[in-house]
Amino acid sequence: MRKAVVPLLAIAGLIFMTAPIIIVRAPYESTMGLVQKVFYFHMPPAMLMLVSAIFCGILSGVFLVKRRPVYDWMAYAAAELTVLYGAMAMVTGPLWARKAWGVWWVWDPRLTLSLLMWMVFVSYLLLRRYGGPGSEILAAGLALFGMATSPFVYLSVNIWRTIHPLTSVVPTLPVDFAFPLWYAFTGFLVLYIALMLLRMSVEQQRAMLDQLYLESEE
Amino acid sequence: MKIIYQSLFLLMNAALLAQPGQSEFKPVTEIPASEQLPSAPLVIAAYAFVWLAFLAYVWVIWRKLGKVEQDLNALSAQVMKKRP
Amino acid sequence: MFWRIVWIVARKDLAIEARSRELINTTIFFALSCVVVFSVSFVGEGGDGRAIGDAAAGILWVAIAFSGTLALGRTFERERYGDTLRALLMAPGSRAAIYVGKLVGIVALLIATEIIVVPLIALLFQAKLFEHMLLTSALLVFGTVGFATVGTLFAAMLARARSRDVLLPILLYPVTIPVMIAGVRGTSALLAVEPQLDMARLWVMLLLAFDVVFVTLALWTFESLMTE
Repeated sequence: MRKAVVPLLAIAGLIFMTAPIIIVRAPYESTMGLVQKVFYFHMPPAMLMLVSAIFCGILSGVFLVKRRPVYDWMAYAAAELTVLYGAMAMVTGPLWARKAWGVWWVWDPRLTLSLLMWMVFVSYLLLRRYGGPGSEILAAGLALFGMATSPFVYLSVNIWRTIHPLTSVVPTLPVDFAFPLWYAFTGFLVLYIALMLLRMSVEQQRAMLDQLYLESEE
Repeated sequence: MKIIYQSLFLLMNAALLAQPGQSEFKPVTEIPASEQLPSAPLVIAAYAFVWLAFLAYVWVIWRKLGKVEQDLNALSAQVMKKRP
Repeated sequence: MFWRIVWIVARKDLAIEARSRELINTTIFFALSCVVVFSVSFVGEGGDGRAIGDAAAGILWVAIAFSGTLALGRTFERERYGDTLRALLMAPGSRAAIYVGKLVGIVALLIATEIIVVPLIALLFQAKLFEHMLLTSALLVFGTVGFATVGTLFAAMLARARSRDVLLPILLYPVTIPVMIAGVRGTSALLAVEPQLDMARLWVMLLLAFDVVFVTLALWTFESLMTE
């Protein structure tokens, strides 16, 4: 598992080094101008955050049933990455919005849902850190409940008008915009995998350490 | 006839403009200079944050990993000593 | 058998409560203090001292959430202190029934609190909460059940964890945001100058859906989540 980390990090690094060049060469958007360029570093983390959240929820469910530690390690890593990528999306988004919409934040369904998901996973991390022994099981339950509540959050906020770009933006992207976007997206995705493997190996080593402590006690 | 076409055209545009939000990005190569300056700090801040966040996270994990491995090596040396 | 256990557990809690009345008194008074503190924040200057916008609805639900959190914490603290939680879990019969029993107790406590607090809010904010009794009650009951469903599960989960007092609200509030949104929006729809009854009905339906989903989920997962 560890072996794959360095090459993956190298690939991701390469993509991120070259992405700015590609992004600069992409055309400007007609109504938003320069600030639209934030999109290339906003949409991938935002999408990956939601994917990661769902991934963590699924892993938590599997862990609760199977109780094998590896699922717990993956869930923990996925939760941390959800918070990391979520933070990126939540910072780059308002920076873009300030110029494009004139406000830092609006309470529309998608933004509110993202914020709530992020908060659920922050509380997951707090629980794992400060909850004491047995908190991996509790955290798995929390992840499940967090996933269960997300359609309700979306539904309940949906009453109000949204000014987030409609979901038809990405499929209708002209190639000039699409290429830099998916290039950046690949970078974020490769980095996600690398970070997850790295994080999991920390947990794996910790488990070995605990095992060794027990042996040395005897 | 022409009037009908013109009014239909105007109506379609009105309908398009009246939609909430946008439904597609439109590429353009020139943008007026007045637009550029205020955006730059926002864009730079956005990219800088992403970079810094990644670097911070990788650094934190690397340190954790280093520490755990250190403990692991120390402990396994100890255990090796105990077992003849 | 299931419903017998539910009844026994709920009756135990209610019996303890009836004797000392500790939880009900403190919860009601805490809710009242919340209402007063928030009123001070949300009543505008000058004029007739009316609260800003939908503040009355918001204040009601925040008071329910805060006092509910405290009540949950202390219900399980009581169990933990007497070490009765382990005894309960070792008892024969479905653990899910124990969960439902505790849930019934908590919901009863919260409804009793609301019976006192809601008229008070109606009084303080000149909010016509009694005009559409059925809808208002539906909102309150379904909302309370939704909040208590998740709350009882989390509080039970955390009963033996460290930092449980502060972790309960941290875990509970993000997950129960839909209840808060639906409750506040529904209540303010009813309190508007022109009461929007169909909006309120929509929110009641949403709350009912939330309750059904989360009670089911809680019943499924209670077994796996309750650690020794």
